[in-house]
Amino acid sequence: MKILVPIKRVPDTDQKIQVKPDGSGIVTDGLPFVINPFDAIAVEEALRIRERSTDAAEVLAVSVGTEACKAQLRTALAMGADNATLILCDAPLDPWNVACVLKAFAQRYQPDLILMGKQGVDDDHGQTGQMLAALLDWPQATFASKTEFITGGLRVTRETDAGLEIVRVSLPAVVTADLRLNEPRYASMTSIMKARKKTIERITMADLGVNIEPRVEVLGLEAVPSRRKTVRVGSLDELLVKLRDEEKVL
Amino acid sequence: MRVLILCEHDGKGIRLGSRSAVAFANAVEEQTRGSVECLLLGHSLATVAQDAAAYAPVLVADHPALANPVADRYAKVITDLVKERGFDLVVAAATTFAKDILPRAAGVLGGAMASEVIGHEFREGRLCFRRPLFAGAVVATVALHGKPQIVTVRPSAYAPASARAEYSAITNVTIDEASLPKKTEFEALQSKLSNRPDVTEARIVISGGRAIKNSEDFERLVGGLADKLHAATGSSRALVDAGITPNAFQVGQTGKVVAPELYIALGISGAVQHLAGMKNSKTIVAINSDPEAPIFEVADYCLVGDVYEIVPQWIAGLNGK
Ligand SMILES: Cc1cc2nc3c(=O)[nH]c(=O)nc-3n(C[C@H](O)[C@H](O)[C@H](O)COP(=O)(O)OP(=O)(O)OC[C@H]3O[C@@H](n4cnc5c(N)ncnc54)[C@H](O)[C@@H]3O)c2cc1C
Repeated sequence: MKILVPIKRVPDTDQKIQVKPDGSGIVTDGLPFVINPFDAIAVEEALRIRERSTDAAEVLAVSVGTEACKAQLRTALAMGADNATLILCDAPLDPWNVACVLKAFAQRYQPDLILMGKQGVDDDHGQTGQMLAALLDWPQATFASKTEFITGGLRVTRETDAGLEIVRVSLPAVVTADLRLNEPRYASMTSIMKARKKTIERITMADLGVNIEPRVEVLGLEAVPSRRKTVRVGSLDELLVKLRDEEKVL
Repeated sequence: MRVLILCEHDGKGIRLGSRSAVAFANAVEEQTRGSVECLLLGHSLATVAQDAAAYAPVLVADHPALANPVADRYAKVITDLVKERGFDLVVAAATTFAKDILPRAAGVLGGAMASEVIGHEFREGRLCFRRPLFAGAVVATVALHGKPQIVTVRPSAYAPASARAEYSAITNVTIDEASLPKKTEFEALQSKLSNRPDVTEARIVISGGRAIKNSEDFERLVGGLADKLHAATGSSRALVDAGITPNAFQVGQTGKVVAPELYIALGISGAVQHLAGMKNSKTIVAINSDPEAPIFEVADYCLVGDVYEIVPQWIAGLNGK
């Protein structure tokens, strides 16, 4: 059983994001980066599957991007991933590009399962897993909150607006992780030290024979200002008067 | 542009969010002089088709093999239709239904997709989209390369289209069952039916946060006030994680996005991930015991206090009214 977990490097979710004055991007100086929270959940799920598995299972973390992504791959190694690969790419990537690169990589690595986050918390596209599944012509189970191996495949509980949906997919498949799938483990100091010594394999786009062809052109970014009254009221009665007489919403 | 709207339905009519997708499609069509059509997938769709025909001509893919929304099958039907009929733009409301299916269809059709669109404009004849990033802290204007373009729109950003004076034509799409993928089997849907309105559709939404200690208190305080005000109930992720509220209640970056006339946050701190889901509400009220709670910076009306004291008072005041 081989499990591939794609990982994205994203700004720490607790940080305030600032847009450059010319709107060309966000200010990254001094901004701490982390592994995309949903990807950490995917890593955790892969590790749990490996721990439960009776036959040999391997978890490979892969990231597409610059050398900087190594830090997040090390986090995955420290959590317990067996190996990590960096697919070097300097160009900005949209979901389509990432899916095309991952497709080429998956055809080479031949995983039984690709576990990934349901969305990147930076761009909030929520597309890559589904596009990858389409490109590979594999089944998909998105927004997973539970996975369970069954004969011939995987049973997945999915979080939908209508409630919990249960589907069975044959393998190989793409599963995208939702928040409630699990709680990612913290890496111990020893495993962080060990992860530092591991080699991260590096391959290039040329090795994979893929070209970057942008589909999303970003014309500009703007910060969103809050335009609120922020009136402090002293009592419930005062609040009700405001809502009734000024806002006319009650 | 030829626009195809993937409509979501409940077996009776199309969802309110899909009518927002229709509104978006109409606006684009008005400026490009093309056409707008609705697409329905499922089984036993006669009633739904009638309802959809009030908004635009309808294509109906009605087949037992499509009874449940399985992404690979639905995407196959959509992509075949788009290729056959040459649609330029495919649109749906940004719900988990479309978020599952449309990126897969986009994967087959060349990858030009924009999610969670909150606005659009034409720049030098090019259709551009506005979409939020970083939990809504930033808005990007983007253009897509390639055809067809695939878009999910936030229902809160487009007022639902109203019915036209006359019904449009309904056309059946032939489904070749043998060509449908069979790698996914639908097993069950465990829906927790609530007798309250959906958070994305209600005029008033009342959400509870970690201040609420258990399901009973949630029902009594948040639910109790909601029933008095004919409101929907929502929650922060903290309560979903604690198992106090179902996932479908979660408002936020990774939950539902709402924009009601009135949003009442009870004991919610106001993390950016939560704000992403409700900050476009018309009026926001926050009740929190911590005068420094970040939610107070984005609320219109801020009341410092204990929700366990204030909410019962509020409900009591409404009793007998
Ligand atoms: C990747 C990711 C995605 C996320 N997505 C979402 C999302 O979609 N939606 C979401 O909501 N969160 C999301 N979160 C979580 C988010 O960061 C916060 O942890 C969460 O919103 C906090 O919920 P809360 O405000 O209810 O709880 P807390 O932050 O614990 O706040 C509780 C508040 O209640 C107040 N309080 C306590 N007791 C009382 C009382 N008796 N009366 C009045 N006030 C009281 C406190 O002062 C405090 O302000 C996400 C996090 C991550 C990392």
